[in-house]
Amino acid sequence: MVFSRLVEIGRVALINEGPDRGKLCVIVDVVDQRKALVDGPCSGVARQAIGFGKLYLLDFKIRIPHSARRKTIVKAYEKMDIGKKWEQSAWAKKLVAKAKKASITDFERFKVKCLKQQRARVLNKKFKELKKAQAVQS
Amino acid sequence: MKAKGDLKEYKVVGRRYPSKMVPSPPCFRMRIFAPDYVAAKSRFWYFMSKLKKLKKTNGEVVSCEEVPDARPTKVKNIGIWLRYDSRSGTHNMYREYRDLTVAGAVTQCYRDMGARHRARASSIQIMKVEVVPVDKCRRPHVKQFHNSKIRFPLPHRVLKSHFKSDFVAKRPNTFF
Repeated sequence: MVFSRLVEIGRVALINEGPDRGKLCVIVDVVDQRKALVDGPCSGVARQAIGFGKLYLLDFKIRIPHSARRKTIVKAYEKMDIGKKWEQSAWAKKLVAKAKKASITDFERFKVKCLKQQRARVLNKKFKELKKAQAVQS
Repeated sequence: MKAKGDLKEYKVVGRRYPSKMVPSPPCFRMRIFAPDYVAAKSRFWYFMSKLKKLKKTNGEVVSCEEVPDARPTKVKNIGIWLRYDSRSGTHNMYREYRDLTVAGAVTQCYRDMGARHRARASSIQIMKVEVVPVDKCRRPHVKQFHNSKIRFPLPHRVLKSHFKSDFVAKRPNTFF
């Protein structure tokens, strides 16, 4: 099992718990075995210590010296265009879809149900045709 | 004292009540780590009576101010000299912690002493707290983080989301 997502200076992480939930941040320094000093000037995260349990490490990494200042982080972050890369990633898209699903109204839920039924009808019709054709063949 | 929650650093200044003989007695300042200003003042008198011939009935607290950390976003190596009572005697100790604030490190120290030595907060006296430069650090568990290219994985991640249900069909994934 090769670990590709490591805790290191410059590793981009997703905050999973707390008031900054769902925001990206950059690991700026390691405090100890359980906490990292984290900063997210481009995503509205204040410079603070967050436990590793509240972070999801991502595949992105920026080049910054340890304990870099916000200005340096912003420059490196924008140079590598992390924000855009994250938004285009499958993980981010799934989060957006999940959030949308959780926020839809009852009418929209009804519409989704109808659309699902329509799709099921089309699929089942085709499936039955194929089954019939196979039965006829054999 | 009960080391409740996160301790704060207080600068407590007190003196003997002025008298006709000594109209302007000298002030004594102490750096106290306590959960609130009430406990800070109490701790001040606790140490005062041990160190000087001065107790609460004979003196007054001139000021008790919280000292916020000068750089709460900078990781520091903090050395704490303390004295504690064990079940069979009293001992001195030097302990090191890594934290963003000095008060945070002292809180860690109290928790650590309770865990490792079963020492209650009332039997611990913090003698000296200092931010230690990297070359003067002594403890390996602090020195291991003195690496500008530090990198390590988070193996066998047990996440809170694993415990949403008591019974699941598959064992949870711990490799992220």
